[in-house]
Amino acid sequence: MMKKNVLGLFLMVVTAGTAQAETVFVTLEKDNALAVVDPIDGKLIKTVEIGQRPRGIAISPDNKFLYVATSDDNTIKIIDAETLKETGKLPSGEDPETFALNPAGDKLYVSNEDDSQVTVIDIKLKKAVKQIKVGVEPEGITVSPDNHWVASASETTNMVHWIDTKTNAIVENTLVDPRPRALNFTADSQQLWVTSEMAGTLMILDTKTKQIIKNIKFEVQGVTSDKIQPVGVIIDKDRKRGYVALGPANRVAVVNAQTFEVEKYLLVGQRVWNLAFSPDQKRLYTTNGTSNDISLIDLETQTVTKSVGVGTYPWGVAVKP
Amino acid sequence: MRPITLPLQITVKILFVIHLLSVNFVHAEAKQIINIAYFTQEQKIPPPLSNLDAFIPNKGVLGSELAIDDNNTTGQFTGQKFVLKKFVVPLDGNVVDIFNKEVGNQFSTVVVNLPAELTNKIADLPIAKQKLLFDVATVDDALRNEQCRNNVLHILPNRAMRADALAQYMMKKRWNKWFLVIGATEEDRLFADAIKRAAKRFGIKIVEEKTWEHTYDARRTAQSDVAVFTQVDDDYDVLVVADEQGQFGEYLEYRTWNARPVIGTQGLVATSWHRTHEQWGAVQIQNRFKEQAGRWMEEQDYAAYLAIRAIGEAATRTKSNDVNQLKDYMLSDAFALQGYKGNPLSFRSWDGQLRQPVLLAAPRSLVAVAPIEGFLHPQTELDTLGYDQPESTCKWSK
Repeated sequence: MMKKNVLGLFLMVVTAGTAQAETVFVTLEKDNALAVVDPIDGKLIKTVEIGQRPRGIAISPDNKFLYVATSDDNTIKIIDAETLKETGKLPSGEDPETFALNPAGDKLYVSNEDDSQVTVIDIKLKKAVKQIKVGVEPEGITVSPDNHWVASASETTNMVHWIDTKTNAIVENTLVDPRPRALNFTADSQQLWVTSEMAGTLMILDTKTKQIIKNIKFEVQGVTSDKIQPVGVIIDKDRKRGYVALGPANRVAVVNAQTFEVEKYLLVGQRVWNLAFSPDQKRLYTTNGTSNDISLIDLETQTVTKSVGVGTYPWGVAVKP
Repeated sequence: MRPITLPLQITVKILFVIHLLSVNFVHAEAKQIINIAYFTQEQKIPPPLSNLDAFIPNKGVLGSELAIDDNNTTGQFTGQKFVLKKFVVPLDGNVVDIFNKEVGNQFSTVVVNLPAELTNKIADLPIAKQKLLFDVATVDDALRNEQCRNNVLHILPNRAMRADALAQYMMKKRWNKWFLVIGATEEDRLFADAIKRAAKRFGIKIVEEKTWEHTYDARRTAQSDVAVFTQVDDDYDVLVVADEQGQFGEYLEYRTWNARPVIGTQGLVATSWHRTHEQWGAVQIQNRFKEQAGRWMEEQDYAAYLAIRAIGEAATRTKSNDVNQLKDYMLSDAFALQGYKGNPLSFRSWDGQLRQPVLLAAPRSLVAVAPIEGFLHPQTELDTLGYDQPESTCKWSK
């Protein structure tokens, strides 16, 4: 009886293990390369050349293609997610850094920092179909899961611009804390979470009113406030918890998405920047810019289980199931 | 006739309605105006020391132009319009007269790019009492201490902040025996004073101190003069040079008797801005500035940029163009200015100095950014640079 149970458990773990097999892709800004990591084994599988100064990265909804902003090539490359060969280029405008895919995966919205605009690209046509004037130095950009809104944050204007996806026009602007960096909608599209690098805060915006409904200031014992520079933010699909990368504070904040209490700070690598969930949302992956590694976080136990060296200046992260 | 007049009447009516609408539209777009003056005087072109770096006559003003554009990009979303008016006093013009007459009562915020003495003179004018002045040129410690004025905010790091930044990095390197070489001008003496203060603060020993009395002509004598000049009794780790005009400092490197690095006003320098600085989004503003100005951004450009961005930030947050409200906000804890140097910038409430990281730069590489890790402060590590509240002798009533 006992034996059978143990065996059953063993089998379950094995099946679960294979089912969870996934690949983590990390752009390496200073290596001009893409790191391919097996997060279950916690191993770097390989590194492939990708282009000049790769930063933003996203995967298509069908998981077939990776989009990588190679900033110094002034383009966004389309990469076959299996072979990792380049299959095409998108006209991103100069120095692309961050961009967002719409849920259908047929449009891509790019922040053009130097030109204070957002470029809308039709992926099928490989054409820029619209340029939208926004504030100075737009950076963070995201599309709501219901495909109603593109939210763009301009770092120097300190605003979130709400762009209607139907008209590609700004409908409203919300003034936020200084140097907003990253933003993300909750899965139900009802809230937009925005980080401010300079104020060290996370702001929760209500999509309906476009107003800030909560402002959370991060405080970490033993770390001076000016080191706490929030960047990447993501929220789990059940809106139980959100996670915020705190940059040179070397920590990821765990925020209760119902009460907005900060539950925990997880110590990760240096200058943690961007975040991605595993497809089952049981793990979280972080890129750590100056320690040249990624941290793997088990979300069930809320612990950092491993760090994997990937290369110089890991920037963006995308996960393929 | 009749069937024609009716549509005509309707057309007229429609036109009238459209006219009303357009009036309404314009009215809704009516903007709050924030007037900013930029006040400076032409500079005498100094004798060229070499042909490497051309004299830049418009340091500062191009930074203000970039900032006003940035403010107005924000303003288009907030219903505010920032207007910059530039006043350049001719070389032989009277600064006080022109300030009284031209700036007059029209501008409550003024970016001032003038030497220390003239900055004080302007600040003391009755007409300036109700204004807020942004000093984007001086580095004098005295203007932040015994000579401080409560209507002046200082953007550039003063000499003490720069010297402290150098000292912190030298401490980290354990190069704590200094040979101080001072030029002949009053400014050189002030820089040397700041270096001595920093040495005392951080436990650095100045083992030798000498005044440069040799020629300023490199071609003839530097090779032999410097070697002889730097043969000193006590061994030192670094040579610290105080030569703000750059009359001889450049000749010291590679010519010293012993193999020693040069820091101070030449060699490794402490500065608020440098062309080698790329981190924290700096590369974006370097590019934007270069595109607009056709040259690299200089310290005064950066300072003027920050001054006008500070006004913009305060006006956006307070939704006001009232100078008292703007000032209160700028001096409050809520104020955080993005300055492309990692930490948010803010003003010290005790002397109006902008607290900021200080870059330590070699001509073609950024070496470090102070405060250096490990130098701690209970409030903000930025206050390990320069005059902290307990040390300040500024007594300004807000």
